[in-house]
Formats: sequence, C-alpha cells, structure tokens
Amino acid sequence: MNDQAVILESVSRAYGNVRAVDNVSLTIHAGEFFTLLGSSGSGKTTTLRLIGGFETPDAGRVLIGGVDVTRLPAYKRNVHTVFQDYALFPHLNVFDNVAFALSLKNLSRDELRRQVGAALELVQLAGYEDRKPGQLSGGQQQRVALARAIVDHPAVLLLDEPLSALDAKIRGEVREEIKRLQRETRITFVYVTHDQEEALTMSDRLAVMRGGRVLQLGTPLDVYERPADLFVAEFVGKANFLDGQLTSQAGTRATIRIADQTVDATLAFPIATGAAVRVMIRPENLRLQPPGQPGFTGVVTQSQYLGHATQYLVQSGALTLRVLELRRRGTVPHAEGAAVVVNWNWEEALVYPQTKAE
Amino acid sequence: MAENAKPKRLGFWFTFLPPFAWMTVLYFVPLVALLTYAFQRHEYVRIIHEFTWENFQQIATNPGYRNTLWRTLWIANLVTLIDTLLALPVAWFLAFHAGRFKRTLMILVLLPLWSSYLVRVFAWRIILGYNGVLNGFLVHTGILREPSTLFLYNKFSMVLTLCYIWLPFMVLPLTTAFERLPTRLLEASADLGARPFTTFRRVTIPLVLPGLLAGGLSVFSLTMGDYITPSLIGGAGDILVGNLVASQFGVAANWPLGSAFAAVVLVVIFCVMALLSRKGVLENL
Repeated sequence: MNDQAVILESVSRAYGNVRAVDNVSLTIHAGEFFTLLGSSGSGKTTTLRLIGGFETPDAGRVLIGGVDVTRLPAYKRNVHTVFQDYALFPHLNVFDNVAFALSLKNLSRDELRRQVGAALELVQLAGYEDRKPGQLSGGQQQRVALARAIVDHPAVLLLDEPLSALDAKIRGEVREEIKRLQRETRITFVYVTHDQEEALTMSDRLAVMRGGRVLQLGTPLDVYERPADLFVAEFVGKANFLDGQLTSQAGTRATIRIADQTVDATLAFPIATGAAVRVMIRPENLRLQPPGQPGFTGVVTQSQYLGHATQYLVQSGALTLRVLELRRRGTVPHAEGAAVVVNWNWEEALVYPQTKAE
Repeated sequence: MAENAKPKRLGFWFTFLPPFAWMTVLYFVPLVALLTYAFQRHEYVRIIHEFTWENFQQIATNPGYRNTLWRTLWIANLVTLIDTLLALPVAWFLAFHAGRFKRTLMILVLLPLWSSYLVRVFAWRIILGYNGVLNGFLVHTGILREPSTLFLYNKFSMVLTLCYIWLPFMVLPLTTAFERLPTRLLEASADLGARPFTTFRRVTIPLVLPGLLAGGLSVFSLTMGDYITPSLIGGAGDILVGNLVASQFGVAANWPLGSAFAAVVLVVIFCVMALLSRKGVLENL
C-alpha cells in the first residue's frame, strides 16, 4: 500500500473574490489520524470537500493513494465522508443505510450481511438494523454514519465536524469511539474541527488553517509547544503575550526588555537584536512566587478554583497575566488581592517577531 | 379547570360548526343523494324509489359502457404517466437551478390556472385544428403540402390537452418535494459510490415519492372526472366516463344510471387514495 494516502499539491479554490483554499499543499500518510483545525472561514471544510470530490480545485492536484483524482467525481473516489449532520438516508433503515456502499458492488447477500454486521458491531449498534434514522438518538445516528462510511474500508475517511451536533455530555464518549475506530480499522482519517482540544487529543498530526492557508503542520506537541506564529499560539491553547525589545542573544537564549523588567526567553526564529518582539508563554508555565523574587511584581485580581488547578489573573503594571497553577497537597490558593511575583523558566517562553499584520 | 374549559369549548364549536355545516349541506348530503340515486330504478323520466343493482349491472354488461370505463382508466393512467415524466425535469429545474427566476417561473407555471378552463381547451383547437397554427406552420414551411386532419379530434389531441391542462397540479407538489430534499443526501449517496442515476433511483425518487404520488393522484382524479376535453378535443369514439355522467344527467335524463357511473368513478379514486394513504401521500396534497 502507498504510504501517502492523500496529497494536495498547491491546491486553490475560490468563490468569487474569496479564496477559500489558497495554494495548500499537504501530505497525509496512510493510517494516520490527520486533523484540519481552523475557525469558520479558514478553508478547512472546503479542503475536505476537495478531497471528497464535492469541489474541484481551480488550480493544483489532488492525489489519493498516489492516483491523480483531481477531475474525478465523488462517486469514483475511494473516499467516504461522515457529514456534520450525518446525512443518513431517512427512507432506509439502519441496515440499508450501512449497506448502501456495499449494495453498489457485486456482493452475495450473505457477504453483504456479514460485512454490515461487522460494521455495526464495530460501532456497537448490533440489533438496531431495523430502526429508521428518525428513531435513533443523535449519538446513535452518528455511529450509523460512521458504520456506513467504514463498511467497505475506504482508503480515506473524511469527518466534517462530526461532534458539533452532539450534546457536550456524549461528545467525549464519541470522541474516544472515533479514535478507537481509527486504531482498529487503520483507515486514514481526515478530521475537520474548530475545536483545538479535539484536534490536540485525537490527532497524530494536524494542520492549523486560516484564510485558506496552512499556517502550521505538525504533531499536537509541535503545534502546542512550538507554534509557528502568534496566531497559532493564540488559537491553540491559551497564551500570554508580552511585548518588548530584544536586547541581546546567546544561542537560542534571548534577553528581552519588557516594561521595566529584563527577562529571558527562547528564540523560536532568528531575530535581529534590537527588534521589537512578542513573548508567548502558556499560563501553566508561569510561576507564582512570594514577593521579593525576581520577575513581575503584581497583585492577584482574579482567582478561579477549577479543582485540578487554580486559574489566576495577575495585574502587574499595565500587564495582565493569566496563570494556571496545578493544585498540590498542602498548597493554599492565592487570595484575590495578594501580592505575588510572576516569573518563568526561559525555556518555556518563546520569542516571536512583532508583526502588526494581525 | 372547568372555568377554563368553557371558552375553549366555545372556540371549538365556533370554528368547527361553520365548515362542518358547509360540508354537510353542500357535500355530504348531495353525496348521499347521489349514492341513493345510484341504487334506484329509472323508468322513462321517472325515478322509482326502490332498491336495485340494475344500474351497476347495466354498466358491467353493456360493452359500450364497459369500454368507456376501461378507456377512462387507461387515459387517466397515461396522462398521469406523461405528466410525471414532463414534471420531473421542470420541477428539478425550478427547485435547484432556477435561481432568481424561480418566482417568475413558478408564476408562469401557475398562470394558466387563473384563466378559464374552456379558453385553454379551445386554445388547443386553435393550435391543432385544420386551419390551426400547427397546420399553418407546417404548410408554410413546406413540410406538409396541405393541412392535416390528424392533429385534432382523436385520442392524441385529447391526451395532449389533458396533459397540458393538469400539468401544474403535478409540477407544484413535485417542486415542493424537491425543495425539501436535502442536497446533503445526494452528496452522501455520491460519496458512497453511487453514480448519478443510481442516486436518482435510490435516494431522490424514494424521498420525493410522496410529492410525486400526490401530484399523480390529482392528475389522475382530474382526468377521471373530465368531460369537456373529450367532447371538445377528442374524437367521436373517445368519450370518457365524465361524458356518460353528463349525458345521463342531461339528455338521457337517467339520473340513477348517471349516479351509478359517478359512484364507480368515486370508488376507483377512493381505492387509489386508500392505496396511497399508506405511503403518507395524503399529507402532501
């Protein structure tokens, strides 16, 4: 089997003046759980529809399993989709919905039954064969849609925000179910979501999209810990941004002047000394210390107890810092109004060039 | 609770009684009268009030009557079939491709319904007649050397006119059905590997079937009851049951036999409706 399940080569698709997908190149490996992450209008769904064959690119090529399918209609592609609203056939029962793809092939009745049974078994819906989609709960419909799409083992499974129509309660459950399904079937999953948490927890790799472009492509670890730019840093997870000036550098260790403080951080990119920079640091990487320590002296203005952690807002001069502190035995949360010092390990903070483009 | 129930009950009777009275006086009573006549004996111009199956026996045994019934059924089915085939692409276009012209086109489909039925039937006489538009065109362009009499006063012209007259009744419910059809489902079908025609057969048709059958029922019943088109456009031997009913109530002054014919048509249509109601068609009328 080809290692590259899907390749997009400089693919573009515009609607009028809007470049929904703008020169996107991606390689998705076989058997991978790949996520397209972005807010609405980022081009992630259009990208998915280009792979599915519901859209034809204005420029570029789409390859599936090494074969150029750019001009092939959806029904000729070995790719199935789990639609956001499931799109189950309301006139068919669960069995016939799941059997749809198989029924288009020359299969014996027994073989068809066996494969539909296996697919329903996989999504734990055996025994629901005779129900109509209207008689099922949202979560069950979701699982029928999954079974229908994996029943004939497509090369690639496309999932378009499959959890967005579900209650928050069962979302986590279905998320694990989808992950398990991918592990068991080894089918390449291409998953579209606007939810960064879903993207981080489920994906082997993800592409963060914005304005029709891919901003960053990498593992969840890469994307969270070394965001390619400030937008990614802000979109994936939470972050503090501190503006300052790069005063000196030694290797990747940079010294930055922020307000009246001098702090150290890691250079993610080569930046000239003297440049205006923005330092990104995650709330969980900030430390709260008693006054007198080096760092930003400030006052706790908000303290939110989350159970496993406490979230603080600390005001230090004009800076507002968001701090997340894990709860440990014997520690007492800082009260609102308490005087504290905020500092960090230089390895945990990343320096980006200050661009006014955003 | 009881205090509350009173105005509610009053409202119920106020809204229920007028239509109920209307239906009773103008629909139910005449229907019962009609069905009563159908089982009474006729002698010269008098109706003898005694129960009899005579009228139905006459319909069943008289070959002329029997043939007319069969012909009516056959023509009604044919017109329904042709209108279905005509309406499918029209409705598809209106629902999915008409864009900003949709309202205008819908009005154009409906427009004939606001003009007189007779005018529309006569229009076909003007088109198809010996000195008609069609003959004029064909002779003028040299396709025919002289006007043809083949276009008018036969089954062809009758079916053509009936198809034209009842087509809007097919287009409307079908357009609505296509509009309600989620395009997502057509995408899902293609996504699972179905070619366009397979999608049409296995997803589109089953989902618009209620609308299709609702339109079909309208066209079928309207054709079953029509007697003007056959007498104005059809040939001498092409009369339908409607003409028999009309002549029995008119010239022949045999109301019991006319009622019996009407009863037969009613039973046929009720049977079709009963058959279709199982498919949820009546909710789409």
